[in-house]
Amino acid sequence: MRDMKSEVGYWTFFIIAGIVVFVLLFFHMMIIHMDQLLGIFNPAGGSALDWKNVIYRSHSAFFTTIYIILLAAALYHGFYGLRTILFELGLKKRTQSLITIAVWVIGITLFSVGVFANIAVQTVKAAV
Amino acid sequence: MSNNEKMYDNRLGIIGWLGGGRWGIERYLYIIHRLAGVGVLIFFILHIFEGNLRIFGPEIWNPVMKVMEHPVFKVGELFIIIGFAFHALNGIRLILIELGWAVGKAEEPVYPYKSSLNTQRPLMVIMLLLAILLIAAGGFDLMFLGH
Repeated sequence: MRDMKSEVGYWTFFIIAGIVVFVLLFFHMMIIHMDQLLGIFNPAGGSALDWKNVIYRSHSAFFTTIYIILLAAALYHGFYGLRTILFELGLKKRTQSLITIAVWVIGITLFSVGVFANIAVQTVKAAV
Repeated sequence: MSNNEKMYDNRLGIIGWLGGGRWGIERYLYIIHRLAGVGVLIFFILHIFEGNLRIFGPEIWNPVMKVMEHPVFKVGELFIIIGFAFHALNGIRLILIELGWAVGKAEEPVYPYKSSLNTQRPLMVIMLLLAILLIAAGGFDLMFLGH
């Protein structure tokens, strides 16, 4: 019964993470991909991917926080989904547990890499 | 799960993953949803490393962004837009249905039984049309407005 409970928890978080990703990617689309039309959060003008705009967002505490939330939500949602697809092969309990551990390890590793970059970029100088 | 749970073999294997049989269009959307999901996940993992390159400063960032303008990456990005737009809107449809929205009211099961699929279908059509709209807008932006 404990397994069942944690499965419901995993699934609920999966749905919440999906909604978080949906909302944040809506803003991602507006800021990064509709830059020529809207030009929001791009103080240097031009492309949203120009260095000055990129470093402006990277140095902002607000964007850093949002990036980390998006990173966590997208990794969780993606790896839970992958796990569900793999579980459908009718795997043994032991194999299922191994997959669960593997996706946690890979997910947390990728999360750490992303968080590290978000912090490391704070010391990168803005001027070219 | 309980102790007396039975494990069933997935006798269909890969066909069980990819085949929709005689089920409705929703069953095929389910397959596409998963393919798109896995595709976007692979892209996202690469995207983490790509975005992290900004820690090496403009000397690395700018040339990499230049490479991303190559047609091969543009076509790749188009696939990401298609996969993402479909997965996002189909996902919202699945959540709404999960919450019991747009599936109609529960009623007495009297013969001839009615499937709730017919009640759900307008939502599916709306979501697919919205996805097509997003793909068109995203594709236009990608091809004509930069990235």
